[in-house]
Amino acid sequence: MRAPLAAIAVVLALSGSALAQQQPRACAVPDYLLFSDYQLKHAYDAVKQQRRLNIAVVGTGSSALAGPDGPRSAYPARLEAALNQKLSGVAVKVVTLVRSRQTAEDLAKGMDKLLLDEKPDLVIWQTGTIDAIRRLDPDMFKLALDEGVDRLHKGRADVVLMNMQYSPRTESMITLGPYADTMRVVAQQQEVPLFDRLGIMRYWSDHGAFDLYAAGKDNVLAQRVHDCIGRLIASLIIDAGRLQEFAVKAGQ
Amino acid sequence: MHSPVVTTGRDLRLDLFRGLALWLIFLDHIPSNAVSWVTIRNYGFSDATEIFIFISGYTAAFVYGKEMRERGFTVAGARILRRAWQIYVAHVFLFAIYMAEISYVATSFENPLYAEEMNALEFLKQPDVTIIQALLLKFKPANMDVLPLYIVLLILFPAALWLLLRAPTVALGASVLLYAVMWQFNLNLPAYPEGVWYFNPFAWQLLFVFGAWCALGGATRLGPLLHSRVTIWAAIAYLLFAFCITMTWYFPRLAYFVPHWLEWLIYPIDKTNLDVLRFAHFLALAALTVRFVPRTWPMLNSRIFYPAILCGQHSLEIFCLGVFLAFAAHFAMVEISGAVWMQVVISVLGILIMSATAGLMTWYKRVEERKPGSRPKRSDADLAGGEA
Repeated sequence: MRAPLAAIAVVLALSGSALAQQQPRACAVPDYLLFSDYQLKHAYDAVKQQRRLNIAVVGTGSSALAGPDGPRSAYPARLEAALNQKLSGVAVKVVTLVRSRQTAEDLAKGMDKLLLDEKPDLVIWQTGTIDAIRRLDPDMFKLALDEGVDRLHKGRADVVLMNMQYSPRTESMITLGPYADTMRVVAQQQEVPLFDRLGIMRYWSDHGAFDLYAAGKDNVLAQRVHDCIGRLIASLIIDAGRLQEFAVKAGQ
Repeated sequence: MHSPVVTTGRDLRLDLFRGLALWLIFLDHIPSNAVSWVTIRNYGFSDATEIFIFISGYTAAFVYGKEMRERGFTVAGARILRRAWQIYVAHVFLFAIYMAEISYVATSFENPLYAEEMNALEFLKQPDVTIIQALLLKFKPANMDVLPLYIVLLILFPAALWLLLRAPTVALGASVLLYAVMWQFNLNLPAYPEGVWYFNPFAWQLLFVFGAWCALGGATRLGPLLHSRVTIWAAIAYLLFAFCITMTWYFPRLAYFVPHWLEWLIYPIDKTNLDVLRFAHFLALAALTVRFVPRTWPMLNSRIFYPAILCGQHSLEIFCLGVFLAFAAHFAMVEISGAVWMQVVISVLGILIMSATAGLMTWYKRVEERKPGSRPKRSDADLAGGEA
């Protein structure tokens, strides 16, 4: 549905370049898919004042990869690598708290403990898949999201919401639409950036960057997709955190 | 062969727009279908479901209302319930096809990237519970929510129709009241394994009853209102507003222009409970349609709209076929290619199949009616804009 709208997007694009810069070609997505109006103030302060950035990724199964290479190749680790490479003199640490089969409500309940244990400057909250699979009431889903974001804000952490994966093979089994819409609304109302993983992966699929219909036990596709996701979140964080001033200049 | 199926007193606009709604529902049901950008849900709050339910209410009242007046509550009520049974059977049939597709996909798919999404197939591990819950209309797979709603609406329709025929304003008021009570107390039917019905019958009944009310004289009463300039301009303004808001969903950059208080006011725009904004959007669309597409519009007899009108006249069968074709399309995309060209081919092919099937059914009906000694033609049931 969004692919043809991309054509209109180009016309509407308010800024110059259509593709997010400095990404490997396969990862590239148009600006409108990787954009946020909302600032990450705590992240900025942490980087500016303490030259550190503690990030916690909270999520479910799709924030991890199985196998011996899994932890290294999943997007949280790729995000850490990308940020450490891009930000000079900043100690970026990404911890991952993946709990499989947890709904947004389950995850929201764990936020206080997370704040206490990890003291993150920024929390990337990946959720929605389990709620959509179990077809939970979207109203309850929204309440849970609001509650989780409120807790994180009270604990002086920035939040980036991350929605579901685009999974063409299971599309006739999981109705993602209402849950993705809810996440967009919560992000807008709470003024937090949304990492639109669903839209980004659909863009990759529609434009042939990745064959997401593929079947097989092979880990290569999963690793490449996670690498791109990690890089793109890094771009979003640098952009929304106004961290460009700490970025390594090209050629340095 | 193009021959108008018109009988006097029949509003072809109902057939046309129900047929178009069926096509749009089909396009929207094909997952990640690029062609579905043409459908109205991308340009405003409401979508084809509203059109389908409203016209279904309208035609149900038109057909069974006449029956209830002429032959009484019992006969009309019994026929409505038989219709509900037919739809139940159709739903169960579709469920069987769905299970076949899903089971196949489940055994042939393995991808470490989607380990989590595979949880969606867990219900296959306990077919006993799943199938029983499906028969109870509590377990409803994706895209199979409309028919259960329709069944519940029809089961309650004899009583609603009885009241509509005696005191239409009271009936409509009761429907609005139920809608309000639903919002106040969060009423909905339970679903399996968790949650509630995707289309809340307590909410969507409003559209169905409103359609019925329009069919039984309400439309005439609304006439002056529909033709006033204020209404038309208000409708246009609202549609424009909805269009602008919808665009901010696709282009987050534009969301910057939406004031915060407005976001808090309008979101979430709830489909499950037929949000007031969705209902209003449908009303605006309907008002403009009635204003600019008169009943005597010559194009209604043109070849261009003939396929859509045919589809609208066999709405239950074509709806079910559409759901089946959407599953088949998804299957083809998984097995052959999910490329954009494939999405276009599948969409066009699907609409052709729907139209051809509707044409075939019209032919069957004509043949059966011509048969010597056949039972007398039923009251306008099939002609008042398709089966109710």
